[in-house]
Amino acid sequence: MSILKKIMTAVRGGAREMGELVVDANAVRIFEQEIREAQTHLRKAKYDLTDVMAKAMQASRQIQSLHHEIDEHEGFVVRAIEQGDEALALSIAEKISRLETDLEEQREVQVTFSGQVERLRSLVSKTERQIREFERQLSMLKTTESVQKASNAIADNFAASSSKMHSARDSLARIKQRQQEKFDQMSAAETVQSETMDESLTDKLRSAGMIQDKTSAKQVLARIKAGQG
Amino acid sequence: MNTQDLALRLTDLSGYAGYQFDCQPIPGETGVLQITVGDYEEIPAFLSVTDSQIICMTHLFNDHEVITAKRTMMLEEMLELNIPMPLSAFSKIGNRYVVFGSLSVNSSIEDICHELITLTENAAEALTVLEEYIR
Repeated sequence: MSILKKIMTAVRGGAREMGELVVDANAVRIFEQEIREAQTHLRKAKYDLTDVMAKAMQASRQIQSLHHEIDEHEGFVVRAIEQGDEALALSIAEKISRLETDLEEQREVQVTFSGQVERLRSLVSKTERQIREFERQLSMLKTTESVQKASNAIADNFAASSSKMHSARDSLARIKQRQQEKFDQMSAAETVQSETMDESLTDKLRSAGMIQDKTSAKQVLARIKAGQG
Repeated sequence: MNTQDLALRLTDLSGYAGYQFDCQPIPGETGVLQITVGDYEEIPAFLSVTDSQIICMTHLFNDHEVITAKRTMMLEEMLELNIPMPLSAFSKIGNRYVVFGSLSVNSSIEDICHELITLTENAAEALTVLEEYIR
């Protein structure tokens, strides 16, 4: 079963109660042991592989040298026939026949070793894949274990401070109040800014003589004079 | 890195991105820090350090605070919000809904500050968005 599925099953089974861990220490130890065993297998398979590869190479060299020897002796037979020495030719031919038997044997040995090399190679890569998979699962187990410890510690703390803890409604009210305050501050700042801009515009208009203060001393005096007249 | 070191470093910082941090170490077998970001006192972030990760979490609400008839809709919405919500994700521990974020233990103090601020802002926003599902 995959680790995620085990975790899910444990959560559904209610093992996620506070303080109870989904991943027990045994599971981690078993995984670590399995990884160590797989690594031992891998080391042995790699050793066997080099051994068999060496033997296969040895057989190949033997085959080459037998071919060479057979070619050489076939030359001797031709020369013996040319010299009319039938008896010598026959004994050389017998030697060739023995060499060919040896060659056949060596070929069989080489085929067997090559087969073993293939088998061991696939075993090595299979074991390597298995180790990687174990390590991935172990890291998932360990992460789950430590994350769960941490989340439980945090959750225990939620529980311990639940008297101080606000309900979602309280929290929301506070958050909204704070947002409103920020909004009010921003609109106040905007108002101040636009008022300042208004004032500066009025100043400019005044200095350009486009608007006049109704309450300037000159105007007051003019109004009073007009009233007297 | 452990929670005590982190508490010291966060306290030493006069602030980050305009936010002040208030750190309270909570002793126990697994060290936990309670961190208030700025004036978000009602939604403190809780931080814990494991072998490979720093986990930050903020509590949203309990199961019993959810309107039962709308629960499935809420869960679906949470799943859909998981990707758009920057750096944080929804989760559930026991009967508590939380938002959480995790960082590598090799993260810089700036990354951790950024995470804490984002988490807190996300939690505030998530509460606002999920308001209609809450009693």
